[in-house]
Amino acid sequence: MNEILENVVLADSVNRYLVAAPKIAARRKAGQFVIVRIDEFGERIPLTIADADPEQGTITLVVQAVGKSTAQMATLKPGDRLLDVVGPLGAPTHIERVGTVAVVAGGIGIAPAHPVAQAFKQAGNTVIAILGARSKNLLIMEDEMRRAADEVIVCTDDGSYGCPGLVTHVLNDLIDTRGKPDQVFAVGPVPMMKYVSLLTREYGIPTMVSLNPIMMDGTGMCGGCRVTIGGHTKFACVEGPDFDGHLVDFDELMQRQAFYKEQERVAYERYVQRCRSQEHIAQANQSL
Amino acid sequence: MDQELDRNEIERLYNLKAKERMQIERQPMPEQEPDVRRANFSEVPFGYFPMAAIVEANRCIQCKKPTCVIGCPVGVNIPGFVRRIAEGDFEGAIHVIKETNMLPAICGRVCPQEQQCEEACVLAKKGQAVAIGRLERFAADWEREHGLADVPPIGADTGKSVGVVGSGPAGLTVAIDLRRAGHAVTIYEALHLPGGVLMYGIPEFRLPKAIVNAEVDVVQQMGVDIEYNTIIGQIETVDELLDRHDAVFLGTGAGLPWFMDLPGENLCGVYSANEYLTRCNLMRAYDFPNYDTPIAASERIAVVGGGNVAMDVARTAVRLGAEEVYLIYRRSEAEMPARLEEIHHAKQEGVILKLLHNPVRYIGDEQGRVCQVECVRMELGEPDASGRRRPVVVEGSEHTIDVDTVVVAIGNGPNPLVPRTTDNLEVDPKRGTVVTNLNTMRTSKRGVFAGGDIAVGAATVILAMGHGRQAARSINHFLATGVWDIDELPEAFRENGAG
Ligand SMILES: Cc1cc2nc3c(=O)[nH]c(=O)nc-3n(C[C@H](O)[C@H](O)[C@H](O)COP(=O)(O)OP(=O)(O)OC[C@H]3O[C@@H](n4cnc5c(N)ncnc54)[C@H](O)[C@@H]3O)c2cc1C
Ligand SMILES: Cc1cc2nc3c(=O)[nH]c(=O)nc-3n(C[C@H](O)[C@H](O)[C@H](O)COP(=O)(O)OP(=O)(O)OC[C@H]3O[C@@H](n4cnc5c(N)ncnc54)[C@H](O)[C@@H]3O)c2cc1C
Ligand code: SF4
Ligand code: FES
Repeated sequence: MNEILENVVLADSVNRYLVAAPKIAARRKAGQFVIVRIDEFGERIPLTIADADPEQGTITLVVQAVGKSTAQMATLKPGDRLLDVVGPLGAPTHIERVGTVAVVAGGIGIAPAHPVAQAFKQAGNTVIAILGARSKNLLIMEDEMRRAADEVIVCTDDGSYGCPGLVTHVLNDLIDTRGKPDQVFAVGPVPMMKYVSLLTREYGIPTMVSLNPIMMDGTGMCGGCRVTIGGHTKFACVEGPDFDGHLVDFDELMQRQAFYKEQERVAYERYVQRCRSQEHIAQANQSL
Repeated sequence: MDQELDRNEIERLYNLKAKERMQIERQPMPEQEPDVRRANFSEVPFGYFPMAAIVEANRCIQCKKPTCVIGCPVGVNIPGFVRRIAEGDFEGAIHVIKETNMLPAICGRVCPQEQQCEEACVLAKKGQAVAIGRLERFAADWEREHGLADVPPIGADTGKSVGVVGSGPAGLTVAIDLRRAGHAVTIYEALHLPGGVLMYGIPEFRLPKAIVNAEVDVVQQMGVDIEYNTIIGQIETVDELLDRHDAVFLGTGAGLPWFMDLPGENLCGVYSANEYLTRCNLMRAYDFPNYDTPIAASERIAVVGGGNVAMDVARTAVRLGAEEVYLIYRRSEAEMPARLEEIHHAKQEGVILKLLHNPVRYIGDEQGRVCQVECVRMELGEPDASGRRRPVVVEGSEHTIDVDTVVVAIGNGPNPLVPRTTDNLEVDPKRGTVVTNLNTMRTSKRGVFAGGDIAVGAATVILAMGHGRQAARSINHFLATGVWDIDELPEAFRENGAG
């Protein structure tokens, strides 16, 4: 269990992992996540289940290295084991047949959007996926999304691929030229989800967003993951991670995500330094 | 038996008259000096040396009708084990304790003895109770340190199996007793480590984790299977467990933290006690960056609440290096629910009690980090339902305290995950507890038993243990007879299980 079967680089600092987790693979539904602890010293980090194969007993995680734990994870090789994998966590995404659904995903958010797009499609909806990345080399899972959705529109901030601009522009154009989708599902960086929600509120389009506050246990025991939804406190790990985008206090979420910035920097720099000194030792040993 | 024991002294003490015994002073337990322990997470008391334990044990006058036993929720044979310590027979003492209490090293440390056995001790009325908790702890430590802790014998295989949800004191106890009866037992635990609150909540300086691990080792040596990272309600439901097991025990505790719904409660730097303690204990944030999990590096921290949990948070904050630790409590010190020993230790360590204070809102800076707590002063009015005088707000007493961290430690309720995902399980709508017959430990759902905090709300370790033990008897009866609808356990099933 928990063995890494594959670790493939998808884009700059984004890796896709295939992990043996048969029970979770059989159980999980779109929108759910796992919490992973790499080793004895590790933090518990939440990661969305991007895909699962119940027959093979595997789950797919797509992870962007943004700090110590995710950078360390990128160094793992097939055959290595994650110390702990717990899940499936969170409530599954509410999937209904509504007509046309726009799945808007930015950056690493394309990974969690993938199973959601699949599920909406399976429920009989027309799915239009709007994928955004900073530039072409950071875009992931385009092919998978093309298989999952009826239509895919790609945009990049720097215009290096697809249409230039932000996902909100693309969504706005879509609404202007082809009318309102019946529902929007948005996942990605918090500012992106915020602006998508502001836009769809203007048009009165029901919008679900998938929130990613800092989590610890993932069982509703610590309350560290709390978010404010329409003035009420919710624990995102059990009551979410999906919420009505028109009710989310995104600014609070951004501030809470940044709370440990200083410690995260310390942990990351220390880790990088250690890796370097280990490399030095390895090189020195080789030259002996 | 220890070599260095002074046999003559033991003999002399043994022959004392009751009057003379009562002259002996209660033996202090050596402990780390406040200034030293403020900077470490090691256990505060060192425990008794053997001769001090023997002297203390000789204070007991061996009552014919021991009231202390009635004060103990599980009825430990207190005079019996105290007498053996007095005789220098420490191994005999621990055997007597273990007839009724499987986790004495833990209970000796965390039981609120001053509200239980020691409060009921006859000497308490005349002065100072026998230090029952310290003696219990001594006997258990002595056994462990001498490598004598043996694994209880396992009964012949019954072919039945029981699923236990949660590895807190309730779950561990029921597992031990069910293995003794020969049933197969699997514990399902949500976290990556066992022990429940013993592991993630109660700090190292009060309950060393090596002690919890030693108890869990025994459980595993008995052949109990523990599946970690398994959240019932998410990966499997209780109904599914019943397909695989002949009975299920719910020991999921009261792990849902309460907040007060005050403005600013979701600012950065406002924690629940569970989060603060779990980061520190379970995830070892006190050893950051050797361990990856961070915790706020606080200088001025306010802890809201007056119970054991609040004390644990305040004393943890001291050790994490906070310069000022305020404990904000809305009644006076006399009403604090925390153990006296904890309040005493907290004060010694420099925790500042802000009594008759209540927070009304939290104020943040431009980065959304808490920087002040606004409080009102309170005064005590008429007694309320709990018999304690009701605190009332003093008009116009609003004032602020500068802080960089706040920890809300006002209590926990049962986690709704299992109740929500189980069919036909009756739940108390107000308290969120699983409705449980406290004699048979049966729930409204056939084959499902419950005990500990999930059944009664946040309580104590010893009560959870007692529930586990009682549940094992009831499960044994159910598995043997298949009879579900009973109100009282037959005598036979009350007596066995012990010993
Ligand atoms: C429900 C959920 C699903 C997620 N799914 C994915 C995914 O599929 N792929 C992916 O790459 N990332 C995902 N994330 C984010 C991922 O958990 C963080 O990037 C990761 O924890 C960062 O850890 P680190 O040590 O590498 O970085 P750090 O340097 O510790 O942190 C970098 C940033 O990541 C966030 N973060 C840090 N610790 C946590 C934590 N314990 N929980 C949540 N966020 C944290 C903070 O905002 C922080 O500023 C998800 C988060 C949530 C809550
Ligand atoms: C900080 C703190 C200090 C305390 N100090 C004292 C003290 O000094 N003395 C004292 O007597 N009492 C004390 N208590 C209370 C005491 O710890 C509890 O009453 C006792 O632990 C309850 O035992 P339990 O077995 O019912 O549950 P818990 O100890 O809460 O254990 C429940 C276990 O079930 C697991 N679980 C929950 N849900 C699921 C699920 N869905 N699937 C799988 N597993 C699940 C949890 O992860 C946990 O491991 C304290 C409590 C706290 C929080
Ligand atoms: S178990 Fe607790 S109450 Fe019972 S004798 Fe021991 S310390 Fe006292
Ligand atoms: S992560 Fe702890 S309650 Fe959600």
